[in-house]
Amino acid sequence: MMDDFLTRAVIGGILLACVCGPFGAFIVWRRMAFFGDTLAHSALLGVALGLLLGVDVRIGMIATCLAAALILAIGQRQSRLGNDTVLGMLAHSTLALGMVALAFVQGVAVDIMAYLFGDILAVNVADIWLLALGGGSALLMLIWMWRPLLAVTVSPEIAAAEGIPVERLRLIFMLLMAVVIGMAIKIVGVLLITALLIVPAASARFFARTPEQMAIGAALFGAGAVMGGISLSWHIDSPAGPSIVISAAMLFLVCCCVSPILRCMHKT
Amino acid sequence: MTAPLIEGRGLSLSFGNERVLDNVTLSIAAGEIMTLIGPNGAGKSTLVKTLLGLQRADEGEVIRKPGLRIGYVPQKLSIDQVLPMTAKRFLTLTRAASRADCEKVLAQVGASHVIDNQMSSLSGGETQRVMLARTLLLRPELLVLDEPTQGVDVTGQAELYRLIDDIRREFNCAVLMISHDLHLVMAKTDHVVCFNRHVCCSGIPETVRQHPEYRSLFGDQAADAIGIYHHAHDHEHDLSGHVVDGCGHDHSLDHDHSHDHHAHSGAGVKERVGQVK
Repeated sequence: MMDDFLTRAVIGGILLACVCGPFGAFIVWRRMAFFGDTLAHSALLGVALGLLLGVDVRIGMIATCLAAALILAIGQRQSRLGNDTVLGMLAHSTLALGMVALAFVQGVAVDIMAYLFGDILAVNVADIWLLALGGGSALLMLIWMWRPLLAVTVSPEIAAAEGIPVERLRLIFMLLMAVVIGMAIKIVGVLLITALLIVPAASARFFARTPEQMAIGAALFGAGAVMGGISLSWHIDSPAGPSIVISAAMLFLVCCCVSPILRCMHKT
Repeated sequence: MTAPLIEGRGLSLSFGNERVLDNVTLSIAAGEIMTLIGPNGAGKSTLVKTLLGLQRADEGEVIRKPGLRIGYVPQKLSIDQVLPMTAKRFLTLTRAASRADCEKVLAQVGASHVIDNQMSSLSGGETQRVMLARTLLLRPELLVLDEPTQGVDVTGQAELYRLIDDIRREFNCAVLMISHDLHLVMAKTDHVVCFNRHVCCSGIPETVRQHPEYRSLFGDQAADAIGIYHHAHDHEHDLSGHVVDGCGHDHSLDHDHSHDHHAHSGAGVKERVGQVK
């Protein structure tokens, strides 16, 4: 079954959606969408570095995402420049640096579009293993620190007063995000990964009464968007990555319309 | 005497050129109610945050009893709309608890009805009660409350203070409280610290009330207003000395009553003093 590119795409996409759901929920709660976007932009530099140094580009992407997360963690300690300014500077300078570096990579024709918008139909068995092991570990780590991280998100003061290591959790979360985004680029690309993180979480918000329901809902909506996107791509031969984002956005619109109706029915 | 739960020694802290804490030494003993009072911008919250370890002091040290269980009720809680959170889930924010336990503590604070409501839909008073209930699940040795009656209407305030007093008795925990409700504070507290960047004066309410620095900080009229309520405080002590349980409720009713009387004016301390006189 794993021979079929469509099957591999579906398995890879659903695995990614399951990991992105709970992470995306935290990104939405902690207002870190731009942070995720910045990490994704830096991944292109990782592609170039990987090719120049002769290491696997997946490792290059994860490594630059981790480096960018560390730089941002340090950058957030200063208050002279706003957080969004630091994020914007890093996002665009690493993207530009990545593009320039790619121009110097000799002998290989790099399909930049595949990195910008993802190429889920080219997912191979190694990608699936990386997603299952790497993504699975990141998800387990997130579940392990779920309660304290949520406490930090609700009120850093309460969390700190009651002995939760606030700064350490923030840093671990940023590093885990870097790993997840580094792995996701292959599938949905630099420009679309943020959408896969936040749109399903936003859809799940309509129906969730607790943070846990929202995280699980985000994973389900994400998986739905992957299935929808791949079938759209199959039927009208559209690029798969953007199609996934479009189906995620469509799901969100449907949720927008359905949730008030459900609420009315609930009341009567 | 046992060692204090938390002790700050010679704490100093500056934000830029402004000295917010100036050589502050303070300790809280087990089972004690300590109230920090002082004008706005006196650094009361900063002092509490320093004692809790949320803020690092430039000088001095904070010594905590090892393994101290702290329950903290911050001045304000604003849970973002984007984060769905029922009261039940909020109660288990830092520690897991069964639904039965959650129901029990909510009943204790008189907020059973909100258990499945979203936190963002609660009123100020309900939010304070749920926050208080959450700390009960931690079985704290020290309860820290930063202006617990903020955003609570005047009738609710007296009730909230009574609740805090009940909790202290039931759990035998110490309470560190910041307040600006001068007249209400005095009635229940063991130890008042009048604070304005440094400890102006501290002691039992009687001592503080007569201290010249306290009077200069709040003005003679306001200080007298506390005096009026303070007599009620003495009264309670006498009675409870003789009949331990019998009159507790009666007294708190009295307290409510006297409080309501002032609620009508809705005026500041000085005007209230005028009425009492």
